[in-house]
Amino acid sequence: MSTVSEPVSLSAPRGADAGLTPKQLADKYGLAVSGARPGLFAYSKQLWARRHFIWAFATARLVAQYTNAKLGQLWQVVTPLLNCAVFYLVFGVILASKQGFPDNTYIAWLCIGVFVFQFTQNAVQAGTRAISDNLGLIRALHFPRASLPIAFTVIQLQQLLISMVVLVVTVLAAGITPGRTWLLIIPALLLQTLFNTGISLVMARIGSRTSDISQLIPFVMRAWMFLSGVMFSIQDKITHWPHYIQTLMAANPASVYMDLLRHAFAPVIYNPHQPVHQTLPPHLWVYGLGWGVGMFVIGYVFFWKAEEEYGRG
Amino acid sequence: MADTDLSTTTDTVRDTDVAREPTVVVDDVHIVYKVHGAGSGKGSATSALSRIISRKRASGVREVHAVRGVSFTAYKGEAIGLIGSNGSGKSTMLAAIAGLLPTEKGGIYTNGQPSLLGVNAALMNELTGERNVILGCLAMGMTPAQVRARYQEIVDFSGINDKGDFISLPMRTYSSGMGARLRFSIAAAKTHDVLLIDEALATGDQAFQQRSKRRIDELRKSAGTVFLVSHDNNSIREVCERTIWIEAGELVMDGPTEEVVSRYERGERP
Repeated sequence: MSTVSEPVSLSAPRGADAGLTPKQLADKYGLAVSGARPGLFAYSKQLWARRHFIWAFATARLVAQYTNAKLGQLWQVVTPLLNCAVFYLVFGVILASKQGFPDNTYIAWLCIGVFVFQFTQNAVQAGTRAISDNLGLIRALHFPRASLPIAFTVIQLQQLLISMVVLVVTVLAAGITPGRTWLLIIPALLLQTLFNTGISLVMARIGSRTSDISQLIPFVMRAWMFLSGVMFSIQDKITHWPHYIQTLMAANPASVYMDLLRHAFAPVIYNPHQPVHQTLPPHLWVYGLGWGVGMFVIGYVFFWKAEEEYGRG
Repeated sequence: MADTDLSTTTDTVRDTDVAREPTVVVDDVHIVYKVHGAGSGKGSATSALSRIISRKRASGVREVHAVRGVSFTAYKGEAIGLIGSNGSGKSTMLAAIAGLLPTEKGGIYTNGQPSLLGVNAALMNELTGERNVILGCLAMGMTPAQVRARYQEIVDFSGINDKGDFISLPMRTYSSGMGARLRFSIAAAKTHDVLLIDEALATGDQAFQQRSKRRIDELRKSAGTVFLVSHDNNSIREVCERTIWIEAGELVMDGPTEEVVSRYERGERP
């Protein structure tokens, strides 16, 4: 028994370091606390270094989603088409809410709204589950956790770009001719993507702590959809309401991005020279820019604040 | 090459007097898991309702004290085995060193970012082996150029293509052994300052096990320090010269592998 060496002998510092406490030893050699949260700037740098992973992860997810379906990625086109058809049947034909739209433009107006709103809706839903559904990945590998909600927003963006093809066909079929305003589609989508990234980062942090939230989200999103005027023009219905409510409704980010894209795709709907036309809320681009940049910054900082806590507990 | 290192080591004479460079310092660490939904059914509507009404918040939360006051220091060039029975806290200890679990008390200080050897979670069964290799490498933080450079090496090492072109098939079509081999090959493609391995050696056939042992040796030479968690005492004996025995979250013994492992096998606690 006496030959057995002291239990901690291999652990104790030797030579010049003998007698140092573990903390002193760590300080002397500049060891850092494991798993500490990096600064905001360092974090952004790490995130930028992972951009290829984010893109590859998003693409892989999108491909994997459809491998078992016979039609494969064709579903990415078919699903939005079916969506449009159902909405048109209910709101265009049965409820006939297309009065007040020049010519046949209601279907285009409706489809743009549906796709734009779904982009945000999916970003919120995917963001809520971004952390809690990928705990395995988070517990196995080290990477800036913001990669996940951002990757899920990229997935939604890729889906949206495919839906855009369907949309262009629908818009052309409705008799709207492409004009210079179509160039505005790009900045409008960019701003919405920024906004969606921000909101999905916020939801990711909330969803990682409170899993109950994912039960509540579908309800909240449905309420938001009806309040945003996806199927009918909400601005026309609230003209007799108090002014502050009208301002509030006009500032609703979902309405802002829908209006921006509707105006870009089909300016004829907002043309005051038309006998029937819709009003475009003023300062729309300012709202769009504010919501996009503001939400992204808030979401990014909010998510980063809890970086070291994801995947724990 | 590493001139600075050489000059410092020539100053000192005897091995036991040399001040070694620490890579991982674990200082009186306690780790507590908070388990939600333990005990009385949280999901049942009546219990949830009564909880809300009685304002008792954390009734379903139970605490599991997984690691209780473990301290040790690992130095550059060491390969350290972690042994202990199931649920003794070995894997928890590894995850904490990797910075993936918070410590309740005490601190873990590391040189650089320790990495767990494992990419399982990043891979997707629906995708081909080829895409998974790329995805796994990117997930570990490699650049696309590095991935391209290492790609062939990873595929060759895994031996997936020995019996035909399997790398272009989805991973769900692989046998469990093939999948494990590919996962290990991807994970072992990157070198790390501090490498943490959780029972990765017992995968694949005899030939592959030999290859993985050689690869771990290589990784150990380029890595500062290797930690290995395993229930296979022979692989601990082959790879590690120092072993830490953990039982019920407490450090039982820390010393030369032969001494610790043989005592562990006989079940003699010091």
